Amino acid sequence: MLPLLRDKSKIWGLAALFALLLIASAASLMLGRTEITFSTAVEAFRNYNEESIEHIVLHTERLPRTVIAGVVGAALAVAGALMQALTRNPLASPSVFGINAGAIFFIVLSIVVLSVSSLSTMMWFGFAGAALAALIVYALGSLGRDGITPIKIVLAGTAITALFSSFTQAMLVLNSTGLQDVLFWLAGSVSGRTLEMLYPVLPYMTIAALVALFMGRAINLLLTGEDIAKGMGQNVLLVKLLMGAVVVFLAGGSVAVAGSVGLVGLVVPHVMRALVGNDYRWLIPYSLFGGAVLLLCSDVIARLVILPNELPIGVVTALIGGPFFVYIARKGGAKV
Amino acid sequence: MRKTYVIRSKGERFSFLIERRAVLVITALMLLVLICAVVGTSIGSDFISPLQVLWTILGLNEGQHDFVVLTLRLPRVLLSLLVGAALGMSGAILQGIIRNPLASPDVIGITGGAAVAAVGFVTLLGGALSIKLLPAFAVIGALVTSLIIYALAWKSGVTPIRLVLIGIGVSSITGAGTTFMLILSPFYSAGQAYIWLTGSVYGAAWREVYTILPVILLVLPLSLWFARSINAQAFGDDLAAGLGVAVQRERVGLLLCSVLLAGFAVSVAGTLGFVGLIAPHIARRLVGNLFGSLLLASAPIGALLVCGADLIGRTAFLPLDVPAGVFTAGIGAPFFLYLLFRNRNQF
Repeated sequence: MLPLLRDKSKIWGLAALFALLLIASAASLMLGRTEITFSTAVEAFRNYNEESIEHIVLHTERLPRTVIAGVVGAALAVAGALMQALTRNPLASPSVFGINAGAIFFIVLSIVVLSVSSLSTMMWFGFAGAALAALIVYALGSLGRDGITPIKIVLAGTAITALFSSFTQAMLVLNSTGLQDVLFWLAGSVSGRTLEMLYPVLPYMTIAALVALFMGRAINLLLTGEDIAKGMGQNVLLVKLLMGAVVVFLAGGSVAVAGSVGLVGLVVPHVMRALVGNDYRWLIPYSLFGGAVLLLCSDVIARLVILPNELPIGVVTALIGGPFFVYIARKGGAKV
Repeated sequence: MRKTYVIRSKGERFSFLIERRAVLVITALMLLVLICAVVGTSIGSDFISPLQVLWTILGLNEGQHDFVVLTLRLPRVLLSLLVGAALGMSGAILQGIIRNPLASPDVIGITGGAAVAAVGFVTLLGGALSIKLLPAFAVIGALVTSLIIYALAWKSGVTPIRLVLIGIGVSSITGAGTTFMLILSPFYSAGQAYIWLTGSVYGAAWREVYTILPVILLVLPLSLWFARSINAQAFGDDLAAGLGVAVQRERVGLLLCSVLLAGFAVSVAGTLGFVGLIAPHIARRLVGNLFGSLLLASAPIGALLVCGADLIGRTAFLPLDVPAGVFTAGIGAPFFLYLLFRNRNQF
């Protein structure tokens, strides 16, 4: 399928996506149980009034969740795009791979068994869990005569998810203090978080995203085939390892901040691929912005549908992403 | 040829082939289930000797342990056995018709459909209709979901791989739907709901035992009836049709049996993972590939698995009660990975 955008219009498409990101961020700041007008929002940033409820809501609740939703969405989408290239599997994404479940189990383990309370230590446990799950699934998926196939990866990911989730459940039942909070976190949520939770993870995620942005050419070469890439003088193993590390930092960091937000990494790269084709120099920045937009919109939906309560954002992304997964599985032949 | 028994009706309209070895194995398994029922009832926060348990069940103990045995433990043990049997049979049937070693009601998404319907029933219609209708809704949910999955997987025929992939995709949707309903629900606290989703027979009552028992008694002979031809089906659709098998009709009948069993199991015990996957595999090792004996052996094996998981869950971490689903998934998921590894050249 030919991409919708030609070369020259790609940069404009990116600009349009950026504009969309600004609109989505504004909507995320303004909409919710307390509605805040645009002028009040601007006012709250320019001179903060401690007595205005709207200003307080904006600063303590809306701003953190908007920033976190944007960062997590961007990270998951880029991670998904890289995984789809790494495994040549259209169904690859952090949640399908069991990375989310692995990171969650390690974080819950660190809290319950080792009584870790510092966010930065938890974060490293999250990275370790993400890496472990990814390694197991990748190894199981690439065994056998036909090498890496979509079905093996998906089945291994499903089993690893079930395994780590059952471990997590056991941990939580054995130590039920604070179950309620952990539950909402498990289902994936960007509410009730402070920006302080993002700070320890942010540097790693930023570096990982930057590395990803500069890897576009190398990934394109890798996708032409490993033999060709080797022939052209590429260090294939290094590129793959780097991609894997980027995925682990992006996905693991996202889980540490927002819990398991599924299927963003699956949906966004596919939609963006329809726009710009399979050129990773464009696909990665497009996914970055697209992921942020998708998660911001999902978050707005999550807080509006059942006012005065709100849904975990993971529910919304699964309801969007599930049908998409089915669609891709049906199409079947689609290769990255 | 191994030694076999053949049961034939007059005029040979019905015949049933079973290996002598399988008869022995299944009898042994049934005995094991009985032992497990009695021993399971005697173990708990305080130990009651198996003999005492037997006397109490028979009503010869002057009501000494009546409350603990008859009200608390026995329904729970029986329910775990029945749910396990239902899931084991459901899985055996699915693996038979889909002809895929990785098929099971949870992988295909049937239990997810039952769960979302059951939770939706409690949340949305909780006050309006009697709770007795809950199993009906769970079964309808399982049925509708399996039909949707089958339809979505249809693309001039259904391949097992597409069916499994689409089942996984649909599971993520039903899972999100279930969480959605739970959050809307005012009745459940999050913790309880979480335990139910993991699969547990905690707080089982006789009412639930009586809900699922008739289903098993009804579906077991029914699926054996439909299963007459499944051995022929294993040769492939064309050859089976040539042997005079109404392939599609019997397949739909069997699928219905499987959905009924899984739906009822979910409605009383939540989503216990992987039992439907493991039980038929163990059964295949013990009794071989003939479908009739496979089905009959999967039931007691599933029963023993769930009963064992629940026994560990409620005794090993006293006073805590760990849901049985944690253990079934803890054993089942690695087993699934092992199967994937063994069949690595097929996918």
